[in-house]
This record gives sequence, C-alpha cells and structure tokens, in this order.
Amino acid sequence: MEFNKELDARGLNCPLPILRTKKALAEMASGEILKVLATDPGSVKDMQAFAKQTGNDLVNSAEAGGEYTFFMKKK
Amino acid sequence: METKKLAMIATKGTLDWAYPPFILASTAAALGYEVQIFFTFYGLQMVRKDLSGLKISPLGNPGMPMKMPFGPKWFKGINWNIPNAVQGVIPGFESFATSLMKMTIANNGVATIPELRSLCQEADVKFIACQMTVELFGFSHSDFIDGLEFGGAATFFEFAGESDICLFI
Repeated sequence: MEFNKELDARGLNCPLPILRTKKALAEMASGEILKVLATDPGSVKDMQAFAKQTGNDLVNSAEAGGEYTFFMKKK
Repeated sequence: METKKLAMIATKGTLDWAYPPFILASTAAALGYEVQIFFTFYGLQMVRKDLSGLKISPLGNPGMPMKMPFGPKWFKGINWNIPNAVQGVIPGFESFATSLMKMTIANNGVATIPELRSLCQEADVKFIACQMTVELFGFSHSDFIDGLEFGGAATFFEFAGESDICLFI
C-alpha cells in the first residue's frame, strides 16, 4: 500500500505509539497516508479508537510475526 | 463538534502513581480534549523541577511484583517475596527498588515521567498546583516547573464543572 510518511513506533509502549502518530499526522496534509509500525499489542484497539475519535481514517491494518502495521489517512 | 474536556486531580506522590495522570492527560490531548490537572498534596511531587522525590515503594504494597530487570529469563521470572519487616530495616531499600523499576520501565519501552510530562506540556495540558498544599509542605513557587499556575479548589471547579470527564487519582 502506498503511503506518504512512515513512523516507526516499534518497541514503544502505551501511550507513545498514539502520541507519535498524532504528532506525525500534525505535520502532514489532509488526505495523505501515514504508515505506522508498532509492536505494542494494545495499539490494535488504540489505533481504532484514535481514528474513531479524531476523524482520521484507519484505512488498513495488518499483523505479522508480532509486528503491527497501520495505514492512517489524515482527515 | 464541541471540544471535550477532561479534568483530573492528582494526589499521589510516587513514581508508579505519576503515570496514570500523565498518560491519560497526554492521550486525551492527542484525541483533541482540553485537559487540566490539579496537583494537590503529594501530587505536587509530579510538577517539581526535581523529580527525584518520585520513588516506588514495595513496602506495604502486596500488589507489586518484585522482579529483576536483568539476567536470564528464568531469573527475571522470580518474584522476590521480601517480607515488609526486612524491607523496612534495609537502608535505601526504596531507592534500590526505584532504580530497578526505572530499568524495567526502560526495558519495556514505557515512557519516563519527565518525557510524559513534557509531552503533556507540548500538548497544552494545563497544570494547576494547589497553593494551600504548596505552603503546607513548605515549597516555594521556584521549586516548580514553568508554566504552572497556582490556585485553590474554586479554580479547579471552574474547569471541572464544565468537564465531560472528571477523575480523582
């Protein structure tokens, strides 16, 4: 999947993946896509909750070998 | 959509209990909340320039696992059940437990308190220190970080009365 920016949040625990995601999105333009890599299992629910509450669109998410990938489209 | 508001009272002065207010405040701010924290009694330790007062104590805390943050996996898995009476007579036991906890925090990719506190400040979380307890404990305003406001219970209610979520921690 294509993306405009990548954020490596691997090894970070709650709430850092969300805070870094928020910060990365702030520097992007509307409609652009942020790819986030994380290892925190809690980030799966948290990314969904973040998207729902902020209006950004979680367009895709996947898990492979304990690593999570999220694609967040900026509102 | 109207901005949601989160009001918190932070009353605890230990390293472990410094986490919930700062984690919730920074996350709420990231979700677009307007956040205010009122620091009172021991919670004042969280907004001092010097954070070395924040320690963790396994003494009288049966819920706290005592595990070592280093060594092989089997060793890390041992829960050191040290009796309170023994903990109480070892000088520096709290400082020792605190440094072990800080290692565990770093090993788990958990943010430090100074880091979370500055993330809150960057996100415009408003910090208010209770003037009454500042005086009660013999602190002066210069002991605290910049950007802190000093006020009393009425100041807290001004914001809390209009908040969507209100927590006492």
